[in-house]
Amino acid sequence: MPHRYHPWGRYPRWPQAAVRLNWRDSALPCLSDPTRNYLPFGNGRSYGDSCLTPGGVLLDARGLDRFMAFDPATGILRCEAGVLLSEILAQVVPRGWFLPVVPGTQFVTVGGAIANDIHGKNHHRAGTFGCHVRCFEILRSDGQRLRCSPAANPEWFRATIGGLGLTGVILWAEIALKRISNAATTVEVIRFPALAKFFELSAESDRDFEYTVAWIDCMAPGNQRGRGLFMRANHAPAGGCLSPKAKKHRVSIPVDLPVAVINRWSARVFDSLHYHQKLNSRGAAVVHYEPFFFPLDGIGYWNRLYGRRGFFQYQCVVRHTEEGRTAIEDILQCAAGGQSDSFFGVLKVFGNRPSPGRLSFPRPGITLALDFLNRGKPTLDFLERLDQIVAAAGGAVNPSKDARMSAASFKRFYPNWEILENLRDPRFSSGLWQRVTQE
Amino acid sequence: MRRILIFGATSAIAQATARLFAAHGATFFLVARHGDRLQAVADDLLVRGAAQVATAILDASDYDRHPALIEEIYQRLGELGIVLIAHGSLADQKACERSFEVTRREFETNALSVISLLTHLANRLEQQGHGTLSVISSVAGDRGRQSNYVYGAAKAAVTTFMEGLRNRLYKSGVHVLTIKPGLVDSPMTARFPKGFLWTRPEVVARGIHQAIEKRKDVVYLPWFWYLVMGVIRALPEAVSKKMRL
Ligand SMILES: Cc1cc2nc3c(=O)[nH]c(=O)nc-3n(C[C@H](O)[C@H](O)[C@H](O)COP(=O)(O)OP(=O)(O)OC[C@H]3O[C@@H](n4cnc5c(N)ncnc54)[C@H](O)[C@@H]3O)c2cc1C
Ligand SMILES: NC(=O)c1ccc[n+]([C@@H]2O[C@H](COP(=O)([O-])OP(=O)(O)OC[C@H]3O[C@@H](n4cnc5c(N)ncnc54)[C@H](OP(=O)(O)O)[C@@H]3O)[C@@H](O)[C@H]2O)c1
Repeated sequence: MPHRYHPWGRYPRWPQAAVRLNWRDSALPCLSDPTRNYLPFGNGRSYGDSCLTPGGVLLDARGLDRFMAFDPATGILRCEAGVLLSEILAQVVPRGWFLPVVPGTQFVTVGGAIANDIHGKNHHRAGTFGCHVRCFEILRSDGQRLRCSPAANPEWFRATIGGLGLTGVILWAEIALKRISNAATTVEVIRFPALAKFFELSAESDRDFEYTVAWIDCMAPGNQRGRGLFMRANHAPAGGCLSPKAKKHRVSIPVDLPVAVINRWSARVFDSLHYHQKLNSRGAAVVHYEPFFFPLDGIGYWNRLYGRRGFFQYQCVVRHTEEGRTAIEDILQCAAGGQSDSFFGVLKVFGNRPSPGRLSFPRPGITLALDFLNRGKPTLDFLERLDQIVAAAGGAVNPSKDARMSAASFKRFYPNWEILENLRDPRFSSGLWQRVTQE
Repeated sequence: MRRILIFGATSAIAQATARLFAAHGATFFLVARHGDRLQAVADDLLVRGAAQVATAILDASDYDRHPALIEEIYQRLGELGIVLIAHGSLADQKACERSFEVTRREFETNALSVISLLTHLANRLEQQGHGTLSVISSVAGDRGRQSNYVYGAAKAAVTTFMEGLRNRLYKSGVHVLTIKPGLVDSPMTARFPKGFLWTRPEVVARGIHQAIEKRKDVVYLPWFWYLVMGVIRALPEAVSKKMRL
């Protein structure tokens, strides 16, 4: 049973002490050395050092995994912060409810979802996860317990949503779920040859489809750059519809591979096959929610395919203007041209619904996420160049996926970072926070 | 609908086991010593599908209260389907060596309290003529070792007591199950570094669930501990006494 305190990108690799929290009535563990930091840890699905605290002690919140109350009439769910979204869905979907926002993996905790104020394919409608959190309780290192909601301790409420785990441990939260008729989704996949077409599809689909997202072929030859597949979906309506079952079987990558099997060559083959796959010509297909929302969850620990050196995910958002579109094109061009191998590109247009979170990453605009194999300094230099493009377009980079951005870039992307710094628990810090707030 | 009684309901292994039965709509009576935590477990099982959950607070070594509590449980549930006794404490061996008081307390928690509950419950189930009586013992009871022979001796007492009970209750149709987990990552073992032999409580819980359904007599969980303990038990004293076990 190897320990689980790695970030998803498997970089950085720090030895990491941890203590498991088991009960919400317990105090935080006493540390003999009063200078060591704490940091809450959920399920390690953040990509970089935002979920690690070098030299400190992680407060593993997965042991807080109890449901507290669920009202099937109103869809209000209260549970401890270490409950996984997968565990919630397993309980509530058969009773006609769904999470208001889900990320691309269901193996994240409620605490992690709040701390990173996660977004999903329905951001244009639903906003972020934080928009649906009614209240929660945090425990601070001085033993103080704060119940936070838009009405009670509102500043703490707003700083903790998207607060990167720094304001205290979230012990439990109450979430408003949304109604569904069954476990199925109706999904349409449309091939597009260029970015301009993506923006058209997005504009025309966001009105009638709850979920929209596009996969970009990052390895496409120059004249076909920006091609991809656009996916749009809704929860299936009641009646008539078959209620397909999820596949139960999961394969898993057992160890970190010594070298990456995901590289420029394998990525090119995969991307090309994926782009040219046979699409359902009759319009929408009826699909169980799991393969639609969480396609990668079918392969446990797929991150190990990137080898021991790990990888970076780079996610940015830029304003939805001419300038912003150009920035996205520039980034895609850099990604295709450079020394980097980007396997995975995901593009989406965020909507206008504001989050209560003070430091939330999602904001109106276009968001692009790319994975890059870690080749050391060349990769770091390259990502720094992308930061410049994003900064020039008035955008921001997602800290929950970051392991390298500079303090200067971070402060530019999040000019109100001091709000969080002021409400941060003095004993809490992360690798990310130490890096991006240094002078 | 199954009626399940659990002592030590706040234990990690017991919680994970109870969740498996809750998913099938079982009715529970949960007993543990910390009221708030007991309530947290009860609420969790209700959301996970339990039909009803009743609770009682009890320190297991409060023997005098055992008969009345069991009477109360029978009043409430009528008959019992499954009993699981899960509470236990991992003795600090060094502290036990220094103090008989500590040793006695560990014996009370791990052996005598269990034997007291079993004495009352066995008679009830025998009368009923059906049901499962299951107890979490440990692989540690299979052989005395310098690193934890106080805990081991207490678990050995429970194992042997259960063996006798199984023999006695066989003709009445009562199922008696001895559960012997190996190394489980739970609050009890939080202070130990974890290697490849360790298992999560959920895995042990699935084994317990299955052993109850299949009416097994004794289970090692995970199964490979059957082999490990087979080897350790086979060591002759002349050899084992010289080893650092
Ligand atoms: C395949 C994949 C797809 C993804 N898709 C998306 C996506 O579509 N949209 C999106 O927004 N994100 C996405 N993510 C990122 C992921 O949703 C977030 O990083 C999420 O926060 C991870 O949650 P976790 O429980 O694993 O927390 P961790 O990664 O362990 O921790 C994340 C942060 O939360 C804090 N934290 C954890 N628990 C608590 C607590 N109890 N109290 C206070 N703070 C706490 C930690 O300190 C840390 O700062 C994806 C990740 C993967 C691997
Ligand atoms: N973990 C292992 O490696 C392992 C291996 C083999 C066997 N076991 C056995 O498995 C069982 C469950 O243990 P676990 O691993 O799930 O650990 P756990 O979560 O620490 O559970 C131990 C439980 O025993 C309770 N308890 C201790 N003393 C008590 C007393 N005097 N009265 C009432 N309750 C008392 C504790 O209650 P509080 O929460 O109120 O303290 C706790 O709920 C135990 O019998 C243990 O010996 C464990």
